[in-house]
Amino acid sequence: MLELERIHKYYNPGTVNEMCLFEDFNLTIRDGEFVSVVGSNGSGKTSMLNIICGSIPIDRGSITVNGEDITNMPEYKRQRRIGRVYQNPAMGTCPTMTILENMSLADNKGGSFNLLPGTDKKRIDSYRETLRMLNLGLEDKLDIPVGSLSGGQRQAMALLMATMTPIEFLILDEHTAALDPKTAELIMELTDRVVKEKKLTTIMVTHNLRYAVEYGDRLIMMHQGGIVLDKAKTEKERIRIEDILDKFNEISIECGN
Amino acid sequence: MLTILIGVLEQGLIYAILAMGVYVTYKILDFPDLSVDGTFPLGGAVTAQLIIAGVNPVLTLLISFLCGALAGIVTGLIHVKLKVRDLLSGIIVMTALWSINLRIAGANVPIFSKESIFENKPLDRIVPAGFRPYLVLTILLIIVIIMKIVLDLYLKTKSGYLLRAVGDNDTLVTSLAKDKGAVKIVGLAIANAFVALSGCIYVQDAGFFEISTGTGAIVIGLASVIIGTNIFKKLTFVKATTAVIVGSIIYKACVALAIAAGLATTDMKLITAVLFLVILVISGDRKRRVKKNA
Repeated sequence: MLELERIHKYYNPGTVNEMCLFEDFNLTIRDGEFVSVVGSNGSGKTSMLNIICGSIPIDRGSITVNGEDITNMPEYKRQRRIGRVYQNPAMGTCPTMTILENMSLADNKGGSFNLLPGTDKKRIDSYRETLRMLNLGLEDKLDIPVGSLSGGQRQAMALLMATMTPIEFLILDEHTAALDPKTAELIMELTDRVVKEKKLTTIMVTHNLRYAVEYGDRLIMMHQGGIVLDKAKTEKERIRIEDILDKFNEISIECGN
Repeated sequence: MLTILIGVLEQGLIYAILAMGVYVTYKILDFPDLSVDGTFPLGGAVTAQLIIAGVNPVLTLLISFLCGALAGIVTGLIHVKLKVRDLLSGIIVMTALWSINLRIAGANVPIFSKESIFENKPLDRIVPAGFRPYLVLTILLIIVIIMKIVLDLYLKTKSGYLLRAVGDNDTLVTSLAKDKGAVKIVGLAIANAFVALSGCIYVQDAGFFEISTGTGAIVIGLASVIIGTNIFKKLTFVKATTAVIVGSIIYKACVALAIAAGLATTDMKLITAVLFLVILVISGDRKRRVKKNA
């Protein structure tokens, strides 16, 4: 269980550009939930993910995972239990290293990076098996650098790599936004399969309302650093894209645009 | 002619070790590390002092290697812990090392009369007189090959993978739950260890330590790396370390040619600078900060 309690976050504090993003922000995510997060630009979606991952500091409040306070834990230590896929497909892989080397790196997450051989030869077949699942033919290209793959192929690899070792949370930061519609569909289906297979607690930020409605068992809509809509389980199942669009319009009218 | 050729090969091999160190920071870590200009003479200063104190010349290789690693760690700590920009961290350490090197050895220390890895009693006994002209070259070749293999093997370990990853895409290193700062420090330690080792061998070959030997070391290293990696860009079966060693020899050959063409040895730095510029322009490597992760 992940709990964000009374989070306060200001940008540029003490300057004329001071901006309060979160004031008393609270969110609880239960184990096994697949939460889709939607909201306009600047609503705080990505900032929320960054706060959970420790990429940006908070001014007040606490973050707890299964009762353990991780508010002051450095980003890299939190990553042991988190897998994150970014919007930019280049962020999840090493471009000059080969597919095999990338898979080996991901496979060693949580282990010690010592002077043993970087690639465990006994694991190569299992990497091939995992890659075959993608149906992209990557299993036959183990020795080519990841930098020469397409964005979609790299994002598929990034997703595999992020979920290769046991993790508690999967964080998806608009991970289909930079892909063409067909590839995005493919990555989304793959995401759903991986999440179900590994029973991962997942937080997915997306601008694609259809994905937000179709996937996951909870939907959150954010606006100006607050949650304006939060539907789970059966309530979520009944929600339609039109409902979210209506909510969007409602908010826009309130803001006067 | 043969003596010139042997001289070029010797110089090239000595600086090849430095170039391998620069390869680690410049190509793998993507860190413009100027501390090299201080760690190269650091290796020399330590060696000169140790040899005068009667320490076994072979042992000085190891000690200067470790001293270089230590200096690299300092650069890394300044960059990672005190959050000073990469270029400035190197400049700070380079500047500090100038004085430290003077403290260690003084401005000029001759060690002609002492034993070195190239001239010592056990070697005198086993090496026949006819082989003498090739002795230094042979010893250098052995050391360079050993260091090349060590570096190649290291880059294939888990730790080596992480080092390559941090220069490639440091976000991934964080995602792997590893402290990217610590990985950078390890890389800087390895790089500067190689550089100091190169300085150690340089001094033993030259027979004296001189405080200004390090000036421009980084340029020689960079030139070697860029020449080597560009020549063998298309030949993927040639390891980068091999390419860098060849690059170093080619670079020294160019300098020898310039001097043979009538330029004085005092023009050395000018030759170095012009040559480096030419190499940068030809290789198209001058816009180095290419799109990150592209």
